[in-house]
Amino acid sequence: MPSHPKLANEFVKDKERAKWHDQSLWFVRSKRDKAVHQLPEWELLREQASKIKSYVVSHLPDLLEEFEKNAKAKGVHVHWARDAKEHNEIVHSILKQHQVKRVVKSKSMLTEECHLNPYLERHGIEIVDTDLGEWIVQLQDKPPSHIVMPAIHIKKEEIGELFHEKLGTEKGASDPQYLTESARQRLRQKFIEADAGITGVNFAIADTGGFVVCTNEGNADLGTSLNKLHIACMGIEKLIPRASDLSVFLRLLARSATGQPITTYSSHFHGPAPDSELHIVLLDNGRSEIADSDEFRRSLNCIRCGACMNTCPVYRRSGGYSYSNTVPGPIGSILGAAHDTKANSSLPFACSLCASCTDVCPVKIDLHHQLLTWRKEIRLKGLLPLSKRLSMKMMSWMMQAPRLYQFVGKMARKIVPYLPRFLVYNPFNAWGKQRELPDMPKQSFREWMKQNHDRK
Amino acid sequence: MAPQVGLFIPCYVDQLYPQVGIASLKILEHFGIDVEYPESQTCCGQPMANTGCTNEVVPLAKRFLEIFKSYDAVVCPSGSCVSMVKHHYDEYFSENKEYDELKAKTYELCDYLTSVLEIKTLAGRFPHKVGLHQSCHGLRELRLASSSELVKEPFGPARELLESIEGLEVTQLQRADECCGFGGTFAVAEEAVSCMMGEDRVHDHEQAGTEVLTALDMSCLMHLDGIIRRQKKPIRVMHISEIFAECL
Ligand code: SF4
Repeated sequence: MPSHPKLANEFVKDKERAKWHDQSLWFVRSKRDKAVHQLPEWELLREQASKIKSYVVSHLPDLLEEFEKNAKAKGVHVHWARDAKEHNEIVHSILKQHQVKRVVKSKSMLTEECHLNPYLERHGIEIVDTDLGEWIVQLQDKPPSHIVMPAIHIKKEEIGELFHEKLGTEKGASDPQYLTESARQRLRQKFIEADAGITGVNFAIADTGGFVVCTNEGNADLGTSLNKLHIACMGIEKLIPRASDLSVFLRLLARSATGQPITTYSSHFHGPAPDSELHIVLLDNGRSEIADSDEFRRSLNCIRCGACMNTCPVYRRSGGYSYSNTVPGPIGSILGAAHDTKANSSLPFACSLCASCTDVCPVKIDLHHQLLTWRKEIRLKGLLPLSKRLSMKMMSWMMQAPRLYQFVGKMARKIVPYLPRFLVYNPFNAWGKQRELPDMPKQSFREWMKQNHDRK
Repeated sequence: MAPQVGLFIPCYVDQLYPQVGIASLKILEHFGIDVEYPESQTCCGQPMANTGCTNEVVPLAKRFLEIFKSYDAVVCPSGSCVSMVKHHYDEYFSENKEYDELKAKTYELCDYLTSVLEIKTLAGRFPHKVGLHQSCHGLRELRLASSSELVKEPFGPARELLESIEGLEVTQLQRADECCGFGGTFAVAEEAVSCMMGEDRVHDHEQAGTEVLTALDMSCLMHLDGIIRRQKKPIRVMHISEIFAECL
C-alpha cells in the first residue's frame, strides 16, 4: 500500500486544489465552532457522552444481549457477523431469500468497510447509494473520501461533468441546484424500482431494541418505507444503553459534524412496519479485540461525526484518499492501524500531534495520544523503517554522552557555515526543500555560559 | 532565600538558538531568581518518543530526573519539551516519588513567570505588531491558553504579558491556533504537508500585519522562520523570551 507521505505529496502538488480542500473543510470546522459556542453546557455534554460510551464499550456483551432480546421481542431479525465476509454473506442471503434484484442504500460507512457494493454486484444485485455525496463517488467508482461528506473533495464543475457523462445533464452545468435536482429525479426512479432498503445505524438502543438513523436528505426513510424489506447494518459499538441517553448524542452529533443543531431527519426504527421485515446485522470485524485493549478501547467511543477530520490540518491538506483506509483522518489512522498494522503503518505518523482532534472530539477520545501509542506499537512490531530506527538510536546514544553531543555541535557550527549551498540543500535534505536551515551561531548556549556567567 | 531554579535548555536551543537561553536566564535573574544551568543536560528525548522509540528515551528520561531532581523548580523556554517531561515520562517511572515531584515543579518559562512569580505586566517598550503563534503542545497539552475547540472561559497569560508591553500590539489571526506543521520528525517525514501548513500560517500572519512573529517554542519558529527566509518575507522571528528580555 502506498504510504501516506507519498500520497499526500501527490495531493499537495496541486496546490490550488489542496488549498481549496483545506478551506472547504475549515469552513465546516468554523460552522461547528459557532454552533458549539452557543451551548454553555457543551463540555458537560461531551463529558456525559464520553462516560456513557465508555460504559457501553466495557459492558458490550451484556448490552448487546439486552439489545438482541428487546429487538427480537419487537419482531426484528438479529444476525451476528464476525467479519466483513460473514456480513456480506448474511446480507446477500437475506436478499436472495426475498429474490431482491435492486437495493437502495443510505448512510452506511459500515458497508463501505465491508465492501458490500462490489460483493453484491458480483452476485447480480444492483445497489445504489442514495445519499447524494455517496452516489457521486459511486458514479465515479470510488470510495468516499470523508465519512460525513463523502464527496467533499470533488468540485461542483467536476460533478457537472460527471453528471453530463452518466446522467445526460447539460454540458458545462455546475449550478448545485440544477445538479441536485437532476440527481433527485434519477434517484427517485431508483427508489421506486428497488425491492429492499439498506441503512446504517447511528445509535442502537439497548433498553428498547430500537435504533436511530440520522440523515439530512430523508432518504433512509424513503428507502425503507417504500420497501417491504429493511436491512440495517451496524458495528457492535454503535450501542447506547437507554433511550434517555439519545438526546445527548443527537445534540453532539450534528453540531460536531456540520454545525447544525440537529440533523434534518432522525429516524427511529422500533420493529418492522406492518407486512414488512426488518433485519439487523451486528458486525464485529475486530471491534471486540479493540474493546479488550486498554490503550485503544476508547477509540470505540467514536460516533463518526467527522469533526476530527475537519479539524485535522493534515487531513485537510492531504485529502481522504491519502489514508488508503475506509475511515480517514485521526480516528481512521487509529482504527486502520488496529485493523491491519502493517498495511497502515504510516498512518499514525501522518500527524503533527497538534491535538486539535482530541479537543474537538464530542466523545472525548484522546486521539493524539492513541496515535502516539500506535507509533510505539509499530516500533515494537518492527514495522518502523530502518532509517528512522537507526537515526533515533544514534541520537539517543549521542544525547547520553554530553561531551560527544557538545563535540558534534561544535563541529557542525565550525563546518556547516562554510559548506557550499548544494551540499546542505540537496534531495537528501527534506528540511531544506522548501525551508532554510537555521544559521549556525558562533557558540552554543553552554559555551556562552562558561564564558560569561559567574559560577556561584 | 530565592528559590533555586534549574534552567532546562532544550538541546536544539542550546546548539542553534543560544540567544533564547541567554534571554531566559536574563529574565529569571531580573526577577531575583537564583538560576543554575546544569551542564550535563542534553535532550529530554522527545524526538525519539514521538517516533515511537521508547527504548531510546528511557536512559534520557532517567538522566533528566537525576540532573534536575534537586532543584526547587525546573524552568524551560519550550512548552513542547516541558510537556514531554510532565506528560510523557510517566511510563518510564512507575511509582517514583522523585519523578512525581519533578513533574509538579517543571514549568514552561511564561507559565513560571505568570503563575508562580505572579507577574502580570512587563515594563519596557516594544513598538511592533507582534504575531503570537500558539504552539500546540503548550496550548493543548499544558493548557497555557484556551484552545479554540473548547467551550471555556478564554484565557492566555503569555498574550496578556505581551499586551502589557508599551507599544506592542498583538495581531488578530483568521485561524487563531492552528498547527504550524513542525511536529518534530513530522517536518521531515511529511515534508509536503508540513511545509504547506507552515506556509499557511505565515500567510495568516502576513494578512494580519505581523512584523515580529513570536511563540513559546523555538521549534515551531525554526520551521516558520525557514519558510519566511526561503520566501523572503518581511517578518522577523523572535522567541517570546527575547522580546521580554529586550523590555527589561
Ligand atoms: S473520533 Fe471523535 S471527532 Fe472523530 S469522528 Fe469519532 S466522534 Fe467524531
